[in-house]
Parts: sequence; structure tokens; C-alpha cells
Amino acid sequence: MPNLSKQQHPMPTQDAKRRARNFSEVALGYTAEQATSEAQRCLNCKTKPCVAGCPVQIDIPAFLTEAAAGDFESAYRVIASASSLPAVCGRVCPQETQCEQLCVRGIKGEPVAIGRLERYVADAHLAKSDTNQEQPAANGHKVAVIGSGPAGLTCAGDLARLGYAVTIFEALHLAGGVLVYGIPEFRLPKAIVEQEIDGLRRMGVEIRTNMVIGRIFSIDELMQEQGFEAVFIGSGAGLPRFMNIPGENLNGVYSANEFLTRVNLMKAYQADSATPILRAKKVAVVGGGNVAMDAARCALRLHAEEVHIVYRRSHTELPARREEVEHAEEEGVIFNLLCNPISIEGDAQRNVRSITCVRMGLGEPDASGRRRPITIPGSEFTLEADCVIMAIGTSPNPLIASTTQSLATESWGGIIADAETGQTSRPGVYAGGDAVTGAATVILAMGAGKNAAAAIHKQLNP
Amino acid sequence: MYPIIRKAVLNPTVTRMDLYAPHIAAKAEPGQFVILRVDERGERIPLTIADTDRERGLVTIIFQIVGAATELLNAKQAGDSIPDLAGPLGRPTETDGIRRAAVIGGGVGCAIAWPVAKKLHEQGACVHSVIGFRSSDLLILEDEFAAVSDRLIVMTDDGSAGRKGLVTHALQSLLDEGNEYDLVITIGPLIMMKFVSELTRKNGVPTLASMNSIMIDGTGMCGCCRLTVGGKTRFACVDGPDFDGHQIDFEEAMARNSMYQAFERNAHAHVCRLLKL
Repeated sequence: MPNLSKQQHPMPTQDAKRRARNFSEVALGYTAEQATSEAQRCLNCKTKPCVAGCPVQIDIPAFLTEAAAGDFESAYRVIASASSLPAVCGRVCPQETQCEQLCVRGIKGEPVAIGRLERYVADAHLAKSDTNQEQPAANGHKVAVIGSGPAGLTCAGDLARLGYAVTIFEALHLAGGVLVYGIPEFRLPKAIVEQEIDGLRRMGVEIRTNMVIGRIFSIDELMQEQGFEAVFIGSGAGLPRFMNIPGENLNGVYSANEFLTRVNLMKAYQADSATPILRAKKVAVVGGGNVAMDAARCALRLHAEEVHIVYRRSHTELPARREEVEHAEEEGVIFNLLCNPISIEGDAQRNVRSITCVRMGLGEPDASGRRRPITIPGSEFTLEADCVIMAIGTSPNPLIASTTQSLATESWGGIIADAETGQTSRPGVYAGGDAVTGAATVILAMGAGKNAAAAIHKQLNP
Repeated sequence: MYPIIRKAVLNPTVTRMDLYAPHIAAKAEPGQFVILRVDERGERIPLTIADTDRERGLVTIIFQIVGAATELLNAKQAGDSIPDLAGPLGRPTETDGIRRAAVIGGGVGCAIAWPVAKKLHEQGACVHSVIGFRSSDLLILEDEFAAVSDRLIVMTDDGSAGRKGLVTHALQSLLDEGNEYDLVITIGPLIMMKFVSELTRKNGVPTLASMNSIMIDGTGMCGCCRLTVGGKTRFACVDGPDFDGHQIDFEEAMARNSMYQAFERNAHAHVCRLLKL
């Protein structure tokens, strides 16, 4: 008998005032009882509409059935057969626009809390620290994966499960890509990422850190000299954009990438970190996406007195997940909507002192379907700030494309790859994730990694 | 792990280390750099590659002990290892077609200038080198420069070695003598590179300056190392580190490099206490 409650079990969270000053995870997770009861809200529809919304096609009703019976380990196995990173996805996937949006229970109430249940099931599995994972039988084929973010990890995991010898080349000193340098600890604890990556290592995936492909080895060398039969490029969209307004190179102006890398990868928020970060009093974050929310909430946790979001459209158009916006608001981030920076001002020592913006109105919808912001003449105003963080997007890093013979790219830098298979203009070379699409989500990158793994398997056909 | 094969003290503040990293040694060209970490909690430090030995798989770094991170690196001995070494990063110095060059190094920057002078010498260019130091006890690489230079002028601020004065004085006298150069390459403190660039601008000599900006990833991901060149924002890590000295906004670069001075002073004091224990 399903649980007929129209509401989801709410996610227990840390108190907003307290969590705004610490880096511990905001969401505390369901108890086993809450998880079982929430899973029982699933009607187990024959048509499984939710699965169509999942970029990696997890058999959601099957895992919910196991969870509803309290068998979380079986539930985990259902998820793990489709996803390499369940504990990550349960935290950072935008379920509200994917699986949960298609849930039948959502028609007359709230959808089943699929994301929260995925998180619970994955955490229950990790807590048992099951380390005797079976190594699949080797099939004798070698594949290289460039980048250890969500796309690369997924591609590597799927290929390793099929018996491929997979080597991941990571440019930084730590594996995980955006999961370790971008998404903050309070949304995605780094210990969780590490556990998921350890799982891949136990499956036989080799991870070589400090390897900047394009400099140390080219893709041609990997294929011609090192015996890799296929290469998957999942190098992400790491190149930060700036607005090209006066004052952007003043001290105290960060790209969101730099600010978040200092905080998350280099742990600059810890007192004994060797990497410095500005301890600012008034911070202005330019942008309205998830990265902007992450930067703003990190700034609060670094004990800023005031943190402002500056976004040129209105609340409705904020591209960040609703939940992230709500969390930021609860924690005290101030939203300056419908305004756009035109310059940043500094003092004699070239330290940031303020940011000047203009007010915007909304006109007709543009190509993205969102109403186009229009400057209101004479509406300039100045916001005091000793730190400005530019979170207005990133582009693919050009290093690999510029060092690989005949790898076709878009004018904006994205690698051109087949939407179904990830096949690029070079035989044997596949690409996926932000390197292809520009900045998008973890789960879309994972979907692309998964598709490319299937295509590589078809090509090599062992 | 990357083993330290050899360590040598070049002067009281400058150390040379040969690290075993055959894959990097095989690829590195003069002008490129590495990023290393001294320990598992360490900062990522960019250091330009001073030399490579491809046969033995060695990468040489020469660094000045200027802060906490370099103090900790200097505390390592031959036989120890460091956990992380990524490279080669950045673009190699472009020396194609250069027949007459002046290489102007200052302080520890001479460690980076030397491989460039050597490469120019090996490709048959006429190389005039000027190397400057505060005093004779800080002088490094004099013999190495002499071996690859058609002419070498050593300058010290106090006159305790070579001629007394700044590297710009020596460059001015070389230009006054009627020497003509296809390219001047300057590597050293920002203030020195600024004045070298101002001098060569007046004389119309193309000039490259090697920018030692603060970096984190070194792959173009963070934009921390950005600078203004010819009115445009460029990243030292991927677009450089060499840029047209006549186009660089040196005032901005100097301000950006001083951003974490207070933090550095505290970290330095902390490490000093640790190393004394």
C-alpha cells in the first residue's frame, strides 16, 4: 500500500544562521524511517515517466521499490548499475527539472523525493565501507580519459565495468574536477567525492594526476605512442569569462573559478591553509547561476558582513536551482536584481572599493526564452564592496583543441561531438560534458560520459 | 612522488634542485614552467624551469626563498620527494629567427634567463647578456652565462662584483655603442622589467618580458594571473609567460603581485617558528 501523503518528507537541514558560518553540509539527510516512508510514495507506474528524465537512465521505480522494503543495499545496486556517482548525484542533480518533474505524484502534490532517496541510499552504502569490490575481467583494450570530472569519471567507470584498462589524466593534483574545485563542501562533502573515486580505483581505473594533456602529452601521442585505442575528452569548461568593464583587474576582483578553487580545492577557509584568500567585509557576486550562489554562500562562510548577488534579470529568470536560491536567501545573501555592473572602482593601492551598476528593465524574450534585460538610462548607483566575484560563466579551455590535429571546434571553443555518441571529428576521439556543451550540469556531463563509453565499446567491440 | 636528485645552495637566498620527472624533462622548452606542491597541504607554486637533462630525466628549478612555501621547499634535501609536479606549462619563449639578442636578467630571474640565452646561443645567435644583483654574494650563474654569451656584463647595486649600477645602465651603454638587437629578453623583478622595457621602447627594440604572476592551477582555469597587455586582459599561465614588454601594464602587475603580502608575512613567520622546532 503506497504512502498517499501529498507532501514529501522535508529534508532536515542545519539552521540557516548557524550554517551560514560553517562549511559543514547544509542538508542532514533522511533517517532510515523517513527514507522508507518517502520511497513508499512511489506508485511504481508501469510507464516509468521518471526514468525518461534521468540523463543516465537509472531504473528509478526499481530502486524505490527496494528502498520502500527497507533493502537499501539492493536499491544501491540498482542505481550503481547505471550511475558511477550516486552520492554525488543525490546531492547536486537538479531533480526538480529532471526525474521529479515527470513523477506522476507531482500532478496532485509533490513528486517523490527521488534525489533525496538516491542520496540516502548511496550514503547508506558508503557508510558500510564495502571495499571488496570485484575487479571485472580485463578485455585487453586501453582507453584514455582526459579530465576526472563527472563526464570523465562516468565514462571511466562504465568502461572499467566492461573490462577496459582505463587511465584518467587529471591536470590538477586531486581527482574530481568541478566536484572538488567548484562545488563547495557544504553542498557536496569532499570525503564523499573521494569515496566515490576510490570505488573507481578499486575497479581498476588508474588516475594520473598533474597531467596537463596538450602540454605533457598530446592526444596524438596518447594514441600513436602509448597504445590507447580510444580517447574520451572530458576536460570541462574551465576558462572564466569576465565582463570587460573598467576595474576588473583590481585587487579583490576574482573569477568565481579562482575564488571557489581557493576555497574548495586549496581549503583556504581553514586557518592552517597555505593558500591565501581575501577576507572581505562586503562582497558583490555578479551572476545568478548555481556558481554565483556557491560563491556568495562561501563568502558568507568566510565571515563577510554583507554578501550581494548582482543579477541583470529578475528573480524568475535566476538560472540557479530554486533550492540554492532559497538556501542563499535564508542564509542572508542580499539579492540585487535587475541591475548590471558597468565599472569597478578601486583605491590608490588598486584594491576594490565599490562597484557601479545600472538598473535594468525587462523587454521581449530573447533567444534563450528569457526576457531581455534593457538598461534604464540615468539609473547608475554605487554599491560599496571590497571584493567582487565574477560568476558570469565559463568557456571550454582551448588547450586540448589547439594541440590536437584536426579536432573540430565551435567558434566559442566547444568541441564538436555527436549528440548521441560523443564522436568528434577525429576517429577514436570522443568528447562530452562542458567541453562540448559549455557550462552545464553534473548529470548532463555524466550522461555524455555514459553515451561515449557505450560508443567506445561499440567501436572497439571486444 | 617526484624525487629530489640533487640540491645545491647557489647563494644564501637561492637554491637549485634537480627533480626526477622524465616525462616533463622530455617535453620542456626554455620559458616554460612547472607547478609543484611541497606537501599534501601545500600551496601550488609556479616555478620556471631553469634547465633539463633529457637523458637522465631531470628538471632543474632554481628558486629564491621568499616566503613560507619556498622555505618549506628549501627544507627538503636530496633523497626527499615532493608529491606534486605538473608541467611543462605555458608557452616556450619564441626565439625563431633571432640572430642578435640581448638577455637581461635580474636576481633569481637569471635562472630563467639562462636557458633562453643558451637556446639562442645554440641556434647560432649573437647573445649579449646583462645580469644584475644587489651584491656579489648574491651573484649566480656567472660561468654559465659566460659560456653561452658573446658578451657578458655583470652589474651589482653596490659595485661589489662587475660594474656598479643597474642592468638598464649596462643595456644603455650597449645600445650607445651602436649594438643592434632583433630582440631584448628581460626576466627579473617587475620594476626592473618595466625600466628595461621603457628603455627599449625609446630605442625601438622589440622586447619580451617574462611575467611571474600569482597562479593557482596554471592551466587557464582561474584567471588569477591575468594582466593587461595592449589594453587586453591576458592570462600569464596560458597566453604567456612571455609578453611584449612595451604593451604590459606593469603598474597593475606590481599591484596584483602584492595582493597577499600580509598573508605571506604571517605564513613566513609561522613557518620560521615551525622550522626552528
